[in-house]
Formats: sequence, C-alpha cells, structure tokens
Amino acid sequence: MTVLEEAWTIKELFVYPNEYIYWSIQIVMYPFMTGLVAGAFVLSSLYHLFGIRQLKEIARFSLVFSFALLMVAPLPLLFHLLRPERNFYVFMTPHFTSAIAAFGIVLFVYGSIVASELWFLYRKHLVETSSKLKNQLNKTLAEKIRYWVSTILTLGVFDLSETTLRKDEKAVKVLAGVGVPVACFLHGYAGFIFGSVKANALWMTPLMPVIFIMSAVVSGVALCLLTYIIVMEIKKIMASRKRSPLAHPTLEEIRGVEMYEIGITSKYLIFFLIFSISLELLDLVFRGYTAVKSWDILRNVIYGKDFINIFLLQYTLGNLFPFILLLIPWLTIRRAVVALVLVIFGVFMMRWNVVIGGQSFSLTFSGYMHYHLPLIPRDLETFKEGLAGALLILGLPFALFWALSRIFPVFDLKESPR
Amino acid sequence: MKFALGGSGALVFTRGLNEIFRPVALQASSRPVRWVFLVDTYKCIGCGFCVKACKLENEIPFEANVSRTWVERYIVTKEDGVFADTPKEARHGFTTSRVDLGQGKYKDIPREIIDKAFFVPKLCNQCEKPPCVQVCPVGATYQTAEGVVLVDQKWCIGCGYCIMACPYGMRFFHPVHHVAEKCNFCYHRLAKKMKPACVLACPVGARRIGNIKDPGDAVAKTIMTQRVSIHKPEYGTNPQVYYLGLSEEVR
Repeated sequence: MTVLEEAWTIKELFVYPNEYIYWSIQIVMYPFMTGLVAGAFVLSSLYHLFGIRQLKEIARFSLVFSFALLMVAPLPLLFHLLRPERNFYVFMTPHFTSAIAAFGIVLFVYGSIVASELWFLYRKHLVETSSKLKNQLNKTLAEKIRYWVSTILTLGVFDLSETTLRKDEKAVKVLAGVGVPVACFLHGYAGFIFGSVKANALWMTPLMPVIFIMSAVVSGVALCLLTYIIVMEIKKIMASRKRSPLAHPTLEEIRGVEMYEIGITSKYLIFFLIFSISLELLDLVFRGYTAVKSWDILRNVIYGKDFINIFLLQYTLGNLFPFILLLIPWLTIRRAVVALVLVIFGVFMMRWNVVIGGQSFSLTFSGYMHYHLPLIPRDLETFKEGLAGALLILGLPFALFWALSRIFPVFDLKESPR
Repeated sequence: MKFALGGSGALVFTRGLNEIFRPVALQASSRPVRWVFLVDTYKCIGCGFCVKACKLENEIPFEANVSRTWVERYIVTKEDGVFADTPKEARHGFTTSRVDLGQGKYKDIPREIIDKAFFVPKLCNQCEKPPCVQVCPVGATYQTAEGVVLVDQKWCIGCGYCIMACPYGMRFFHPVHHVAEKCNFCYHRLAKKMKPACVLACPVGARRIGNIKDPGDAVAKTIMTQRVSIHKPEYGTNPQVYYLGLSEEVR
C-alpha cells in the first residue's frame, strides 16, 4: 500500500514520517490563476474608475478576460481536493476561523461584481444585437443562437434612452470601484491562506498577502497585454489579406492603436513590477537579518536547494530580464512579447517557490523534501496533480475567453461600446 | 464599578500566572475529564510495539509509510553532530545501528564517537489550542470536551490545510479513505474505559495516559510534581503530551 504523495515526494535526511509534499502543482496554479483574475480586473478598472483614457481599448478586453479566468479559478482547488465530491460542504458548514472557509463566498461576490459590470457595459450591444437579429429573416443556426443568448442576457431591459445609458455608465464606474478592493481582497486572501500558517517558516509573514496582490497585478496586466497583442497580430494578418483601401479597420489603424496601448500598459506594468520585487526582496532581507531559528534551514533552501528556481528563474529570468527589456527605449512588439512571457513565467515561478519551496524543508528543520512533478499521468491522482492537470487549467481560460468574446465583442475598434 | 475593575484585574493576574504553567489552568477549568499523555523517554527501548499496535488498532495499512504514532532515535556524536531517524516509523523497531539518511542511504556511526543516544516516541499532542481545528474550512475536525482532537471521516473534504497547520507533522491522508487522519489517544477505547493501544503495547511503561482533572491520577501527579516538558512551545499550541527527559536535540 503506497501513499499518494509518494508519487512526487522524495525525502532526504531527517523528515517526520507523515511529511510529504501535500500541496503540489494545483496549489501552485490556484494563486497563479486568482492572481491573473485580480490583475486583469485591476487593469480594466484603471480605465473605468480612474478614467485613464489611453487604456480604453484594453479595458473591455481585460474585463472579459478576467471573467473567463474567474470561472477557472476555483478548479485548481477542486482538482486538489482528495474528496472533490464533497466540495459543497464548505458552503454547508463553513468554519470561519479557517482562511479557506470564505473562499467560495469571496469568489462568488467578486464573480457577481464582474458579471454585473459586464452586463452594464454590454447591455447596449446586447439590445442592438437582439433587435437586429429579431427582424432578420432566414436566420442561420449560429444567428439563432446569438439571437436567443443576446435576448436572454438583456434580462428584458431593452431601454436604450440617453438617461438609461448614462445610468449604465455610472453603474460600470461604481462596480469598477467596488471591484478593485474586492479583487485585491480575493487575492490578498489567497496570500493570507499561506501567510497565516504558523507551522511553515517560509510562509508565515504578514507581507504575504501584499506580495501576492502586487504579483497578481503584475501577472494579470502582463497576460492581458500579451493576449491583446496576439489578437491584434491576428487582426493585422486578416487586414493585410483583404488589401482593400476601404477595409475596416486598416492595417495602419490597428498598428497605431496597438503600439499606443502596449506603450502605456507596459509603463503600468513596470510600476507594479518594482513594487512587487521590492516587497519580495524586503521579505528576504528581513529574514536573513533577523535570522531566527528557522533561518538555518531556510538559508539552505533559498541559497542552496532552490537557488536556480529562486534566483535564476524567478528573479533574473522572470523579473530582471523583462524589466530591462521594457525599460530600453523604442519598445517593439517582439521585445514586448518576450518581456511579457518572461514576466508571467516569473510570477508562476514565484508561486512555485512559495508553495513547493515552503514544503521543501521538514518541520524537523533537519531534513528536506524534493518535488517531482508527475509528467505522464498513470491514474486520476497523477493526472490531477500532474503536468496534464496544470496544462488543462492553463488552457481553459483561453477557450472560455473565445466563447465569451462571441457574445461580448472585445475587438471592434470603432463599434466599441463606451 | 471599582470592584468590577479590581475583580477583572485580579482575574487577569491569576489567569496570567496560570498561563505560565498550563496544567494548572487546565486543572482549574470546569471540565471533568481532560486527557493528557506522559512519555518517559528514559524508559523507551525503541521496540516499536506501540507503532505496530496503533496501526493494527486504528486500521492504518501496515505497509503504508504513514502512521499516527512513531518513535525517533537520536544519536549525539562527538564530531559529526546529531543524527536522527525513524525508519518506517519504527514499526519494526530499530533493527540496525545504522542511521537512515533517506533516499535509501544509511550511515554507520562508530560507537566510540557517540556521546549519547536515546529514543523519543511521538504522538498527537491533542493541543489545547489546536491549529488544525482552527484551519479546517468545513469544521470536520474538532476538539471534544475531554480535549482530544478528532476528525470526522464523513465530512473531511481532503484539502490538507490541517496537515499544513500542524507544527508536529502528526497529520496525514488516510491511504484508503483519502481523508485527514491523526492520533486521537484511541478515543474509541477511552470511551469504553480502556487504555490506548500504544499504552497497552509498551513493554516498559514509557507511554502513559491520564486525566489531568483527577487529583488522584498517577499521571496527573507526575506532570504536576516532576520536571516535564513539551514539544515546540513557541507555536503557542499548548500541547498536552508531556515528556520526561526531553533533550535539547529533539526536533
């Protein structure tokens, strides 16, 4: 009879018998995904709330993307549960002294805010689509589906008068305002889940929620910008194929808008990146300077066993390189793409180093545990807690985003709602 | 008003004193029973009968590398520092003098360089302030009136937060039921006025259970009158497994 966790844990020196890497890849994915959700929302709110007009294009895009990510965010937790069929118990008997107990509630509240904001933002579009298709004869199947989805999503509100539209606009602003603290709470809360574990010397720091929020914004902004660039590149290819002077939008139009958005957004990215790195370094310096009992083993992990993961992959490749790439003047799209991929990778490595790194030393402070990600699934557990499960979680938001963008168009340059 | 303030001040003061030595505070509380455990490390011979008895009694698959209780061996040497191991939780006892270094490696330690060596049995501390209970999102783990922490196997969702929260590494996932599992002082036996399996199996009386609320209880008397210590007091969990002869090297 083997223990599940033996499939990916290797022990070295003196480790208590029951210690294994219990929180593995899905718990790395969980803060990574909620971080992207929060970050994408904050980016969209920069426009709606603070009226940063330059971000108009990417704002709608980020909001829809945030909603797609949001639907995937609880899945890593579900995959991780050893008894996933009991997941709803957390709603039936929430035990509020636990930092996880309110996760469902927080996520639901946040989800409602994003959904409402989407509705107010796209109500005009939904009504217009619905009325346009209503009068159209000989609808194709796709058009029929679009008609019904749009009509149902209007929730019966077909009023498009000036006053109502102004009210919509105001509602979007209010929701964006309420959403930012909730998004930060959602992710700061994920940080608290780790930061409050007093048994774990690496996790326990009050800085954890703040570090999580900052890195969340960094990863969310980076992913939105990256996806935006990819979509715009596809549009460019489509526009150049048409080659008609009357084609709308023209290649130049797209190029102009794209470069403008990239330039502005990457400046915000650098700003948040500086905050994020400063906090992480502060944590590291503070631990080394105070050097309490656990520092001996933490030092061995940070500067020894996990050196490549922390200093090379996270700080150098994931933070320093993209930072330099984004700071060099005359940013090109290619350079931006490389920098953004590295930023997202850096945040992923940060989550990895927190979750896996936090379990790579024993509670005895005299032994280590090594994690080996299951690459090829042999059973359900090694699928869920392996590479395949992680890739599934990574891919799902993009599929959902595509589906959502059928209903909530995010790419129209001229016909965009507010 | 003055009285009330003075009274509360006195209350805080006496509580403060009691906090310094926890068993006194527990004795003063109104509960009729509070189970505590006493481990005499001077007596333990590392036979592992306790581990074997526990696994059989509590239906933890014998060959699975997890256990509700285990025995650790510490070897303090003159030159190489401290070595510690618990091969297969000591379910077969300590059958070789070589130290288990993990990853299939072993180390021979010459007798001449050994300063001292001893065994330390470990089991759930049934903390008065259990962090595992605090973090359970569904309330599947809870503390009974007698101070024992239990897991409801029918309600645990298997998130593992309690495993992460325990500073003593006592918890694990049951290899068959896939829910959190831990030592509960054989609560089912205590309810029938029987002793825990490990206590009965120990041939040298190194493991004893008692009721700290009963002034006539031999274990309670020892804890109150002898120099006892607890594991990792710095976590503020107020553990209720007391040790005689706990050495500074013990993790």
